Amino acid sequence: MSGIIGRKIGMTSIYSADGLNVACTVIEAGPCVVTQVKSDETDGYSAVQLGYGERKEKRTSKAMAGHFKKAGTTPKKKVVEFRNFQEEFGQDVNPGEEITVEKVFEEGDFLDAIGTSKGKGFQGVVKRHNFGGVGQATHGQHNRLRAPGSIGACSFPSRVFKGLRMAGRTGGNRVKITNLRVLKVVPEKNLLVVSGSVPGAKNSYVILEK
Amino acid sequence: MSQDLIKLVEAEYQDIRDSRPDFGPGDTVNVHVKIKEGNKERIQQYQGTVMQRKNRSTNGETFTVRKVSNDIAVERIFPLTSPNIDKIEVLRRGKVRRARLYYLRGRKGKSARIKEKL
Repeated sequence: MSGIIGRKIGMTSIYSADGLNVACTVIEAGPCVVTQVKSDETDGYSAVQLGYGERKEKRTSKAMAGHFKKAGTTPKKKVVEFRNFQEEFGQDVNPGEEITVEKVFEEGDFLDAIGTSKGKGFQGVVKRHNFGGVGQATHGQHNRLRAPGSIGACSFPSRVFKGLRMAGRTGGNRVKITNLRVLKVVPEKNLLVVSGSVPGAKNSYVILEK
Repeated sequence: MSQDLIKLVEAEYQDIRDSRPDFGPGDTVNVHVKIKEGNKERIQQYQGTVMQRKNRSTNGETFTVRKVSNDIAVERIFPLTSPNIDKIEVLRRGKVRRARLYYLRGRKGKSARIKEKL
């Protein structure tokens, strides 16, 4: 699986060839730098590690600084590994090589986008697990409109089962959205326009897998 | 910065946007809509009063046109930059004091008239 690291810019819409208005997300994808190439012989599996975004030298740990120096690049903010990158990519890559968006994706491709969803804080079960709520405001409902209802039986089993869906912290998870179509590639500005939405806030990192 | 990049993507539709006449709520317009039937294409006209324009200066900009035919009111929403809109003719400029003419919905006949802007 090849791929690239990017940053979510925002959403807009464009028109398809048959005149339909398609919602799309604009992503600044790359340019990324190969920071490490893992192979079956040395690491037990094949993968390529990419780095994206500039990091200040003084904010880089000694260990990571050494890692980037070995690849012959400046320190990077986000480092992601892609398994079996070269098979999909079609050619061999070497540490220090630059990967730009047009080398990985072209118009019409399908990709998976991985991001960290927006944090929503402590939420009730209606928002968090799509519970229905009570559905009535009258017939004895006082403050139970969005309550979860019963969480179990009585003396048997005398406990609440593990994993029962309840209120709690919502969002802020790693989310993968699959099969987004590439509508446009703008190599001069490293832009990628994909159909539909991508998890996360604006300016958050997005991993794009082919 | 990031807004500039979105503008860059939307710039593709700038020509269509520039070709649209200047119009606003209260104006009477005639919208020429391309309609595909099988592999034939024809143009249908839709004439009415502009009630509002929404999401100005973005790609998602739309305008609502209201017309009353045979006592049945129709409100149709068009995307401004849609390639399916052949052209928009402005027939009459209306003098109105608000941006969204929702008050037209409750009215008919004399009270639904809009003064012309001269």
